[in-house]
Amino acid sequence: MQHKVIDTKEVVIRFTGDSGDGMQLTGTLFADASALFGNDISTFPDFPAEIRAPQGTVSGVSGFQVNIGSGEIKTPGDFCDVLVAMNPAALRSNAKWTKSTSTIILDSDTFDEKGIAKAGFKTMDPVTELKIQDRNIIFAAITSLTKESLKESGLDPKMIVRSKNMFTLGMCYYMFNRPMNFTFEYIEKKFKKNPALVEANKKVLQDGFNYAGNIHAIPNTYSIQPAKYEKGIYRNINGNQATAWGLLAASEKSGRPLFCGSYPITPATSILEELAKHKELNAKTLQCEDEIAGICTSIGAAYAGSFAVTTTSGPGLSLKSEALGLAMITELPLVIVDVQRGGPSTGIPTKTEQTDLNQALYGRNGECPIAVIAAHSPSHCFDAAFYSGKFAMEHMMPVMLLTEGFLGNGSEPWKIPSMSDYPSITPPVLDKPDEVPYWPFKRDEERLARRWALPGTVGLEHRVGGLEKNNDGTVSSDPLVHERMVAERAEKVARLANYIPDQKVIGDESGDVLIVGWGGTYGHLYTAVKELHAEGKKVSLAHFDYIFPLPKNTADIFGKFKKIIVCELNSGQFANYLRTQHQQFSYHQCNKVQGQPFIVKEIVDAVNAIL
Amino acid sequence: MKYTPQDFKSNQEVKWCPGCGDHAILASVQRAMPEICESLNYTKERFVFVSGIGCSSRFPYYMDTYGFHGIHGRASAIATGVKVANPTLTVWQVTGDGDALAIGGNHFIHAVRRNIDINIILFNNQIYGLTKGQYSPTSKLGMVTKTSPYGTVEHPFNPGALVLGSRGTFFARSLDVELKLTQDIMVESAKHDGTAVTEVLVNCVIFNDKTHFNLVDRENRADRVIVLKHGEPMIFGKDRDKGLMLDGIKLKVVKIGENGITEKDILVHDAKEENPGLHSMLIDMKFPEYPVALGVIRAVKDSTYDDNVRDQLAEVREKSKIKTMDDLLMSGATWEVK
Repeated sequence: MQHKVIDTKEVVIRFTGDSGDGMQLTGTLFADASALFGNDISTFPDFPAEIRAPQGTVSGVSGFQVNIGSGEIKTPGDFCDVLVAMNPAALRSNAKWTKSTSTIILDSDTFDEKGIAKAGFKTMDPVTELKIQDRNIIFAAITSLTKESLKESGLDPKMIVRSKNMFTLGMCYYMFNRPMNFTFEYIEKKFKKNPALVEANKKVLQDGFNYAGNIHAIPNTYSIQPAKYEKGIYRNINGNQATAWGLLAASEKSGRPLFCGSYPITPATSILEELAKHKELNAKTLQCEDEIAGICTSIGAAYAGSFAVTTTSGPGLSLKSEALGLAMITELPLVIVDVQRGGPSTGIPTKTEQTDLNQALYGRNGECPIAVIAAHSPSHCFDAAFYSGKFAMEHMMPVMLLTEGFLGNGSEPWKIPSMSDYPSITPPVLDKPDEVPYWPFKRDEERLARRWALPGTVGLEHRVGGLEKNNDGTVSSDPLVHERMVAERAEKVARLANYIPDQKVIGDESGDVLIVGWGGTYGHLYTAVKELHAEGKKVSLAHFDYIFPLPKNTADIFGKFKKIIVCELNSGQFANYLRTQHQQFSYHQCNKVQGQPFIVKEIVDAVNAIL
Repeated sequence: MKYTPQDFKSNQEVKWCPGCGDHAILASVQRAMPEICESLNYTKERFVFVSGIGCSSRFPYYMDTYGFHGIHGRASAIATGVKVANPTLTVWQVTGDGDALAIGGNHFIHAVRRNIDINIILFNNQIYGLTKGQYSPTSKLGMVTKTSPYGTVEHPFNPGALVLGSRGTFFARSLDVELKLTQDIMVESAKHDGTAVTEVLVNCVIFNDKTHFNLVDRENRADRVIVLKHGEPMIFGKDRDKGLMLDGIKLKVVKIGENGITEKDILVHDAKEENPGLHSMLIDMKFPEYPVALGVIRAVKDSTYDDNVRDQLAEVREKSKIKTMDDLLMSGATWEVK
């Protein structure tokens, strides 16, 4: 067979296997190697809620999809060019993500009678049963080849079998002409204390690479040239790490030490884990006894002068609701990060959704508006977290930051910014009495923010709390005082609109259809707009980072399009919110509530249907 | 700086019912403040009073210090946040039996477990007062209240036992009417490094009047309570003729001078003993079989959460190459596009 190296602009690879097969690591290493090589990438880990579901079953299949390209990559890709399936169950649940031109690499050792039956196939011929005979299917005896490769390694048999993911990774490196040095470095660092493991992992990786070159089953290999990036220093970053770093950045800029009270919850936990590492930057993290203590310790820390944050996902946000009201009425700065997942209740905890918008906007007792900001890509989580912190501290109020499992776990290359590129953060800290007595709820005229008097400051002793108060800080149930304070607090949030940037439009300023989105669907909506442009359609995109309050030019933008379609991963929460905020427009909807990101085609079809 | 109790009184009108035991505790705390400041070299602006919800939780409004009136049950969590954020503050939590032991039970035991350096004053009136008379987690079995018209069918908590069960380092008990004792305990509480819990048995004049009457009754009080002092024999009674001894693995009340028992046979209170065995028996003593133990029952040394946080921060800061956000951004795997 003639071997050809094909230059291609974009390739999607999906690694799938049992939860214990190490597919998340394999995918991450492949993605990182590609990013370091200079490709643009976008990743999508898709894993089950169970840590180790019964081996070989469909419910235990874990997947990691990565899209790499020499051009702009905005999504992890809809369908894959290469599917790696380490067992029959992985093939069964992922065959739907392949197309007729896909190559499928299978570990033939797992396709025995038992494995095929466990995956729920009715026949002994899974390929025919799935009707994927037209794909380029490579059966490789990955498990036995790994055993052969490491038979003299001195590792125990269990460890040897566990290394089969590295063999697979080696095969993929051959197929896509990836340099292996980044992965070698990773292995050397990871197993620093165990030279035998370093050698074994490197060997099996190299053997996988060589094997792929020898079998001639792989007719073509692909070369994806580095993307044309702006000059600068880059790194690969996932959304939760970016969120944590954005919060740390806001802490440094404001001079207020970071405090994070939190409780582990999928898929938000890694923000807490990341913050816990950075004590060198004065970040204090407190893993609490529950979600309520998470927010309440943070409120206490905010009162004492910290830049306080709490991180959670939907069910945790429900538990924090009462305390959100406390943060709001005491007018303390606090960032609440909700990494959304599929609900209601426990729902589908490892899957992505945008279904907490209503909860973020409305989920509290009393008149309790809270600013809501959303991140639109993994690396944008940094800016979204930074500005959430800036606005919380400068406006003296809680700010809700919505991200999504898709963003939190997904990663992309990021041009590393310098902190000098970011604006200052100047919270209204009062360090000595400027008038006697100090009125805790006296406001500045522009923002309506109160001053932040920190315990320990001489002469500013005061009391705050959940009871309604007058501006001087005294408890009051006077009907008119209550009504005025409710209005002042609401107006303070509304005035944030004076400080956020105008909404931008991608594409022409006017046209037939405006796609409206928010949050993690950005990449898919952006790609859909590009495709529609290529078809000659007059379609633009307004993707909202600032949800509440909305940018002031929102109505101006909406008014210039014949039709508006709101696309979101819920049943229409943003669309309904827009109906309350800008009633003069009518809104079409494109919704998906499957715990999965959009497929670009779904958006293109929805737009074409109303054009 | 010299303070007087007056310096700690806010300008807010105290709105507890006339005759409520809370007034007495407020007075005791305000009287203790100047002494605390003097002995620990504190200044007034370092005090933060945090509370949850309930009658007792109005307390911060009446202190001319920093104060935070939180939400029901969460005072321990709020106080923890305040203390961790700024360990130079002296943090006081005021709470009730419903606030601390029902809705806030989880936060309470975890604060004690962490041994965070806060002072918790638990007003135990064995009733929900602010919601007008429902049973609480410390109401006696069988007690008739609005939500237990035929008597409660559940066993009460003993707050001190919860503190010991959470590996607490400080537990004291007082009566609302024992103003001086409460004042002295507040000073000891302030001096203690770690979570210091003081249970004050308090009367609710409206919904649970005289619930502690057996103990507070002037006539008989000296025979029904024992005020424990570290290093002193466990002697009580109007005539100081009764004491506590060990009988096998149980405590027993003995009369000095009878059966050849002298003062030397009486147990000496050791609040600093790490083993909680005897402290547990003292905490559990109930009238009429035993006198109810008051005073500082347990005060042992252990590392505190806030100190540990501070030390770890300093250690990591010392070792880390990352000093600024820019350092962090550039750390790890990066690549340059030229």
